[in-house]
Amino acid sequence: MSWLAIPYGLVFIFFFFIPLLLTLIVSFWDYNEYSIIPDFIFENYIYIFDNCFTFSNSLCVTFKTYLSTFFFCILAWLFTLLIGFFIAFFLAFYVKTTKWQIVLFLICTIPFWTSNVIRMVSWIPLLGRNGLLNEFLLDLSIISEPQEWFLYSEFSVILALVHLYTLFMIVPIFNSMMRIDYSIIEAAYDAGANWFQVLFFIIVPLCKTGIVIGSIFVITVVMGDFITIGIMGGQQLASIGKIIYVEMSYLQLPSAAANAVILLSITILMIFIMTRLIDIRKEL
Amino acid sequence: MFNNRSFGFYFFATFFTCFVLFLYGPIFSIILLSFQGPDGGLTFPLNGLSIHWFKELWKGAGVVDIGSAFRRSILLGLVVMVLTVILSVSAGLAFRKPFTGSNLLFFTTIASLIVPSIVLSLGVALEFRIIDDTIKKIGGDYQVDWIIDNFQTTLTMFSSGLGAQLTWTLPFGLLIMFAVFNRFDKSYEEAARDLGASSWQTFREIVFPLIAPSIVGIALFGFTLSYDELARSSQVMGDTNTLPLELRGLTTTVTTPIIYALGTITTGVSFLVIGFFLLLYALLENLKKKRQL
Repeated sequence: MSWLAIPYGLVFIFFFFIPLLLTLIVSFWDYNEYSIIPDFIFENYIYIFDNCFTFSNSLCVTFKTYLSTFFFCILAWLFTLLIGFFIAFFLAFYVKTTKWQIVLFLICTIPFWTSNVIRMVSWIPLLGRNGLLNEFLLDLSIISEPQEWFLYSEFSVILALVHLYTLFMIVPIFNSMMRIDYSIIEAAYDAGANWFQVLFFIIVPLCKTGIVIGSIFVITVVMGDFITIGIMGGQQLASIGKIIYVEMSYLQLPSAAANAVILLSITILMIFIMTRLIDIRKEL
Repeated sequence: MFNNRSFGFYFFATFFTCFVLFLYGPIFSIILLSFQGPDGGLTFPLNGLSIHWFKELWKGAGVVDIGSAFRRSILLGLVVMVLTVILSVSAGLAFRKPFTGSNLLFFTTIASLIVPSIVLSLGVALEFRIIDDTIKKIGGDYQVDWIIDNFQTTLTMFSSGLGAQLTWTLPFGLLIMFAVFNRFDKSYEEAARDLGASSWQTFREIVFPLIAPSIVGIALFGFTLSYDELARSSQVMGDTNTLPLELRGLTTTVTTPIIYALGTITTGVSFLVIGFFLLLYALLENLKKKRQL
């Protein structure tokens, strides 16, 4: 029956393996305004790390961009983890009937099936200069004039990332929680453990796999992001994904490929470190 | 512990409610704002109540051809949906027994889900660019008139665009199949086989009805993820644009509620599709339970 997997495999050979291999190869090619030229040169990489290893006081563009990408990664990861964990926790332990678990779980999932761009645009009436948040804070006299930094800023980017990707945390963590044998919790409770002890010494360790899977999703999606940072940052903030995107629009494909190879290597390294902790396949 | 009358219950129920408001609040605010009068702006308060902005959208209002982008997205979504269902169900069946390369294929699936989309998009664009260059070179070297005169590019919505989207939808399909077969009771199939059914008959009569609700789930993922997909297809649609690509362009140029009207329509379509598939799922699930009795 294994031949049934052939069409599925072919799609990944043609649209996953070959493209990634070509990206690696082309990152060593030369180019001019109109075409890419087969070659074996290191100029594309040298250009990326131009001025990065001199001992000057300011960081080079590449390092700055990676730092800003990591900054978005860490904050988005922290907030999606905290919110996602406690949403999953509520669904798994406080909601008692399967029917309600399914209903509430679906409520969390439905936005995932709608347009990301529209979900970002929908923050404009709330965060803009005349938006609801500014009006609300003005009414309460917490601020004296409308704040500009709610929209098209680091703040709005992180808000949108959390808005879009918390589900990636909820699903695997909820899945881990549903596998916890409830008698373990009862035993801990009977032995005198309080609520916090049960949470931190029983539930959190048993959810490690879910937490790692969710973290991998959120971190990789933010590492390569160029759309959320573009739209919610008002096209003013930098990310590695945006550099690749801009280089592609100027047809500097080998240079974009070199950036992609570096981005991919760093992402793989991050995933590798995280997967050392678990075996994904057991969890499905 | 975790009593549903305790302080903890009310605390986390409130937290959950806030989260749901956070999820849905913004989208409902733009749905509300899209029904403003002609003087309406991008923020509250509502300026009158009308369908003015939908009419503007219908007229085109100087913006790009939204109608055909919309039709293209629906069509591509349907093609991706059908392929996702067929390919991931058949792969799911193959995965029930380990085969040469099954581990590699599984890890590829996971890798495809988490590879940065821009990298994949770039790779597919490079692949088709190199194919184009090769075809043009062959045309030039061997004086193939058809290629010299007519050939433009192989990079189109239904070649590179379709492939790039499949690398995003297929993993969801296969993972759903994994979840299904991990909980699958094999005794029904074995009984069918003992009674002399061929493997096709076993699939058609026994396995398929049992997994039908999950196949609806795969179709839901296939259509909606393609219909809204942007990151992977951004570089590989050629000179045609899908709706999400047009939408992203509009975010920087349009400053009237017309973009909210468009958002209301696409979200409405998404909600209709989701509702349809969820109903179908519930229906098939009921049917399955009845058959099993």
